[in-house]
Amino acid sequence: MPDGAAPQNSDASDPTVLDVRDLKTVFRTRRGEVHAVNNVSFHLRAGELLGVVGESGSGKSVTMMSLIRLLPMPPAEIRAGVVDFDDMDLMQASEDQLRAIRGARIGMIFQDPMTSLNPVFNVGYQLMEPLRKHMGLGKEAARKRSVELLELVGIPDAARRLKDYPHQFSGGMRQRVMIAIALACDPKVLIADEPTTALDVTIQAQILELVKELRQKLGMAIVWITHDLGVIAGIADRVMVMYGGQVVEEAPVRELFANPKHPYTRMLLETVPSLSGERNDRLQVIQGQPPMLARDPDSCAFRDRCPHAFDRCAAENPLLRDVGPDGHRAACFWDGDTQGEEAVHA
Amino acid sequence: MPDGSTAPRKLVEVRNLRMYFPIHTGLLRTHTGDVKAVDGVNFDIYEGETLGLVGESGCGKSTCGRAVLRLYDPTSASIKIDGVELAWANDDARKIDAAARRIARNATYSVMILGVVLIAVLAVQFEAMARFPIVLLQAAVLIALGLLTFFLTRNMLRKSRARAAGISEADFAPTENDLRRMRPTMQMVFQDPQASLNPRMTVAGIIGEPLSEHTQLSTTERNDRIYELMDAVGLNRDFANRYPHEFSGGQRQRIGIARALALNPKFIVCDEPIAALDVSIQAQVVNLLEDLQEKFGLTYLFISHDLSMVRHIADRVAVMYLGKVAELAPRDELFNDPLHPYTKALLSAVPEPDPVTHDTAERVILQGDVPSPSNPPQGCNFCTRCPAVMDICRSEDPEMKEVRPGRFVACHLHS
Ligand SMILES: Nc1ncnc2c1ncn2[C@@H]1O[C@H](COP(=O)(O)OP(=O)(O)OP(=O)(O)O)[C@@H](O)[C@H]1O
Ligand SMILES: Nc1ncnc2c1ncn2[C@@H]1O[C@H](COP(=O)(O)OP(=O)(O)O)[C@@H](O)[C@H]1O
Ligand code: SF4
Ligand code: SF4
Ligand SMILES: [Mg+2]
Ligand SMILES: [Mg+2]
Repeated sequence: MPDGAAPQNSDASDPTVLDVRDLKTVFRTRRGEVHAVNNVSFHLRAGELLGVVGESGSGKSVTMMSLIRLLPMPPAEIRAGVVDFDDMDLMQASEDQLRAIRGARIGMIFQDPMTSLNPVFNVGYQLMEPLRKHMGLGKEAARKRSVELLELVGIPDAARRLKDYPHQFSGGMRQRVMIAIALACDPKVLIADEPTTALDVTIQAQILELVKELRQKLGMAIVWITHDLGVIAGIADRVMVMYGGQVVEEAPVRELFANPKHPYTRMLLETVPSLSGERNDRLQVIQGQPPMLARDPDSCAFRDRCPHAFDRCAAENPLLRDVGPDGHRAACFWDGDTQGEEAVHA
Repeated sequence: MPDGSTAPRKLVEVRNLRMYFPIHTGLLRTHTGDVKAVDGVNFDIYEGETLGLVGESGCGKSTCGRAVLRLYDPTSASIKIDGVELAWANDDARKIDAAARRIARNATYSVMILGVVLIAVLAVQFEAMARFPIVLLQAAVLIALGLLTFFLTRNMLRKSRARAAGISEADFAPTENDLRRMRPTMQMVFQDPQASLNPRMTVAGIIGEPLSEHTQLSTTERNDRIYELMDAVGLNRDFANRYPHEFSGGQRQRIGIARALALNPKFIVCDEPIAALDVSIQAQVVNLLEDLQEKFGLTYLFISHDLSMVRHIADRVAVMYLGKVAELAPRDELFNDPLHPYTKALLSAVPEPDPVTHDTAERVILQGDVPSPSNPPQGCNFCTRCPAVMDICRSEDPEMKEVRPGRFVACHLHS
């Protein structure tokens, strides 16, 4: 099947549907504080797919859970931030207002469908519940819509399968059901947290194809979290790279892969071997370990592992600044002089 | 990596490996079927090379790796490592072995039942015999007798029947004891570095455990060896007395690798050694594995579902689907020109980290899911999803054929 044109469903003139500014989330644990999200700002435009990449612990999930306030508090504590959605600041919204938004105007899909689908209710009930609660549909209407939704995500024999329980579906089909539930109330924004990480590549390819198709049909804005650069390259319009609880780079997808500016992004792109390109005898390594996040950052979080680090990186935490066209921004003091780097690679 | 000039030596030879897990159902736990996790797999691994084993979740990669190291009792197989048979060199040997065991077991049961009856009769007849220490003594003698019966009967039967069938003693699977002696030459590195390390042991304890079990090193010799291993895998010696939970995932995997290296193995099965690690840490561990291979002349079976990593590390690659090998070929040929329809689909499903190729790539999207290994389809096991399926595929299981030198394919399109 041909892949179709570039998935650019949006451009800079589209209205912003979600605007997050200076979000800061801290966990208080027995071993001290974990500064999981540090002054994260980003926005999402209508119809756009924003890819979020970063290694585990970089704060991808906590950022998204914070903005819909789905974190256990305590231990979590949202210390600062403004989240504009639907003419409202979600940080100030009441619990009732949030309940009406979650699962309805903001849909959610999580990594492991088995933990987020309820094993004791059949799939039909789990699909119809939000339809009746949020959309006020009657029983028959909700059933009809549920069948449509399952058909939309490509589950054969949908009407009969409503009575089945989650364990009767395969991993890929459960993820399809999760997507159907997330789409049930026509969300404006869909947050998908590593939705294909637990799946096999051939099943992942099916799901990615489905998402591309659904975007054409439904046109919602999507935040897609993953640590797989290949997945990002295939479906994102814009990419945000996270490291140590901060956004270190953001750019349109082609710009990011063609001209990565932050040293972390550059090394990340080089460390992943490819299936078709040239095969190197040695893999490029990012030495060292991810940061501990025990304090409010007062220096660059990537400093210990960065080949370009200099005095200033230890004294100040770099902020995002413009480094290229179309809103390409990076948080780094380095001026991009690659002479040293070239020498290392030669 | 084998090159043409000197004929490479086969270190591992696996023939007709089958590993069925029985399914028991109902109150009586009757045997109602089998999970055919591995169903007739053949491959060789040359000395010093890395054979990649790829395939989707549940296709039998781990089971295959564990059976090759005899961590499982395979249903059938010939597994030769360094010329030594670890299972049964031929099917006759396996059948004779199974029959000998069965008869020996029955003989043992008879002896035990007779013995228990005898002890009971004696106890009733003679009061002296009913005293507790005496009964205990009798029981001990009986158990020893039972064991003796089992091994004598089995070995005698095996020997005489083997002679009758013209099979040598070496064709049979080694005993548990012999296997234990062979263990040092073959080792395994596991996927989940957290779960495979004992949380209550220090790093030194974990790395040193196989040394205490299989060698007679003095304490100082043992400690020296532990430090040497820690150096080899890039762990700071100061960490020797720390516990696994104090380490990151990548460091834990280094501990697992050091432990696997402790007894100077020749052959290591790496079962998804990097799957639980972050991208930035994966490269560190893969480079380490390659360095160690070069330094110690190791041979790897590298199990992974990450095709681009396998392309990096493997010399030859075997692709598994539903318990069988679909295709086996040298790395570049497999990735540049896959022959089996499943290999093609699998390769085209991998998303490449390049937005430009994404927009032009021709993709094969497979429909449906992998069938259950307890009920595989008739004929070719890929026929339910194969885009090139033909009539013959639904009735006849394609045999594995060498279609070009070094390239093996099991598909009716290539026969
Ligand atoms: N001890 C067991 N008892 C019964 N079935 C088993 C057992 N071990 C494995 N299986 C089954 O055998 C098949 C192959 O399992 P195996 O663990 O080898 O897969 P794998 O290829 O390593 O998958 P993954 O990529 O998920 O690790 C699966 O269907 C599995 O459920
Ligand atoms: N419930 C919790 N308690 C304490 N720390 C947490 C909790 N949840 C997440 N964290 C920490 O927050 C940081 C960011 O986590 P997360 O957003 O889940 O990362 P990821 O980018 O992998 O999604 C990590 O250091 C993690 O250990
Ligand atoms: S700010 Fe300094 S340490 Fe941080 S990424 Fe840039 S050059 Fe490296
Ligand atoms: S034998 Fe037939 S079904 Fe199997 S892979 Fe080949 S063409 Fe497809
Ligand atoms: Mg996460
Ligand atoms: Mg496995």
